[in-house]
Amino acid sequence: MIKTRIRSKMFYSYLHDPSAIAGSVILTVFVLSALMAPWITPQNPYNLEEVSLEYFLTPPIWMEGGQMPYMLGTDDQGRCIFSTIIYGCRTSLVVGFSVVLIAGTFGIIIGLLAGYYGGKLDTITMRLADTFYSFSTTLLAFLFLGIFGKGSVSIVIMAICIAGWVKYGRTMRGSVLEVKQEAYIMAAKATGASDIRLLLKHLMPNAIPPIFVIVAVDLAVVIMLEATLSFLGVGVPLTEPSLGMMVAIGKNYIYAGMWWMIVFPGAALIFLVVGINLFADWLREELNPKIERKG
Amino acid sequence: MATYIARRLIQGIFVILAASMFCFIIFQYMGDPVLNMVGQYASFQEIEEVRQNLGLDKPLYVQYGRFLWNAVHGNFGKSYVTRVPALGLILERFPATFELVSLAVLMAFITGVVMGVVVALKPYAWRNRLIMAGSLAGISIPTFLIGILLIMVFAVFLEILPAFGRGDTLQIGFWRTGLLTVSGLRHLILPAVTLAMYQLAVLLRLTRAGMREVMTEEYIKTAWAKGLPPRKVIFKHALRNVLIPVVTITGLQFGELIAFSIVTETIFQWPGMGNLLLTSIYEGDQPVIVTYIMLAALIIITANIIVDILYAMINPKIRYD
Repeated sequence: MIKTRIRSKMFYSYLHDPSAIAGSVILTVFVLSALMAPWITPQNPYNLEEVSLEYFLTPPIWMEGGQMPYMLGTDDQGRCIFSTIIYGCRTSLVVGFSVVLIAGTFGIIIGLLAGYYGGKLDTITMRLADTFYSFSTTLLAFLFLGIFGKGSVSIVIMAICIAGWVKYGRTMRGSVLEVKQEAYIMAAKATGASDIRLLLKHLMPNAIPPIFVIVAVDLAVVIMLEATLSFLGVGVPLTEPSLGMMVAIGKNYIYAGMWWMIVFPGAALIFLVVGINLFADWLREELNPKIERKG
Repeated sequence: MATYIARRLIQGIFVILAASMFCFIIFQYMGDPVLNMVGQYASFQEIEEVRQNLGLDKPLYVQYGRFLWNAVHGNFGKSYVTRVPALGLILERFPATFELVSLAVLMAFITGVVMGVVVALKPYAWRNRLIMAGSLAGISIPTFLIGILLIMVFAVFLEILPAFGRGDTLQIGFWRTGLLTVSGLRHLILPAVTLAMYQLAVLLRLTRAGMREVMTEEYIKTAWAKGLPPRKVIFKHALRNVLIPVVTITGLQFGELIAFSIVTETIFQWPGMGNLLLTSIYEGDQPVIVTYIMLAALIIITANIIVDILYAMINPKIRYD
């Protein structure tokens, strides 16, 4: 009963928050166009048969020298900017969702165990988390990739996960410590429920809501991180499309006035991240009981 | 308290040891330094000789011990590329990075906290909604993009600020500063703003969230009820308590700051440590990479321990175990 009331209350506040709606619409548009990339783009920029050097550095179509079908112009290899952006968003979203899923799962498990069992396990994992946190996900991913090389998208995902689990682990642990005190957990324990049953059936579902806020914020952070790593040249390999790499290529032509190679991929990245953050902001205020909401 | 500090120090030493082990592994598994030294036409005998001279035929733990011993004495070997001691190479770049980072942090902290307080007091005024929208943009635009966009606007289109390098510098003792010349200061503006932007947005949002929570507390209501002037309530009673977590989080994000300084230095070709690191990574210059990692670890751990101790001193609620 209470659950449905909370849910409908959340839905109500969602419908009355324009920025939450805008955010989720933006995210949906990006996800859909990334999924349908081959059907909505004029060219697959990473299929050499479709790319022609003949059309390199073409400006957007509304400028002099612009050419169909290169709506937003082309880069120095003759790749269509619009298509590369869509394919690049695909990489961003794949990396983003994979990291959130892998680091999230790992963090939740660690947080559950550390919070429930406490003691040495708790001390060790949380000290480890503190250390990773102070070195920061960005620095660790950068060093890892810089040293062990860039081979594929999955190595980038792995590198971000090294310290990426910490936020989830800490939040989950804190949440578990609170839920553990509840009477129904004691009751379940008293009835002789096994540890696994207690963890999975009673603790996990009740301790997990704070994780949702982290997932939303983290998705945006990871997408920016992937772009940053690729911009620096330690991210995804040259054979994969990436918004960060597009900006890095455009940087070579910054004084030649070829702004479209930077502005369009940059704008796409900002839109995507702002969309996610708008939604995350709403979610945070919604799930934080400490702040009064009034208009 | 003393045991608490001792415990934190021991913990710090453990982390440094872990970092050194990581660095040792880099040396072991990334390319063979011997082949690097003798060249590709050396005979098998010559290679073995160099290996023995370097002690690379000894068991791993002996080698690790030597690595540690040398590291403690600041000897990380010579750069493969420039053939000068790696530590000297990095320390030479330190002033450039230090000036950039400290100016950025100062700017971010002052603007971030002041704006955070202003916004928290009247969260629904349209001007403050605008600031919040701006801060959302601040955390939604990655540092590298901020830098590139600033270059496009101020260096390419308006042509009013330089975008590359450090400009004219003055050598004072071992310190090479860019703060005393007009050209040096002009060169500092864009990189410092770029680096400050992300932190500014984070600090603003932290301060605002903290202030909004604290303003609903009983002791603030009491302060208002006593008839204290708003200045006193806001700055003496509320902000003080908000600043504790804000400062802590800033202090604990040193790693992030170092990472973003690498990005900023790369974009603006700022001749600092981060720029050197990225070049060394491209060139596979292991001694420089390893030295950088050890220094970064040392700086981060020191900052952490200082923050923890200060925090324990300010906040009597903390448990010392």
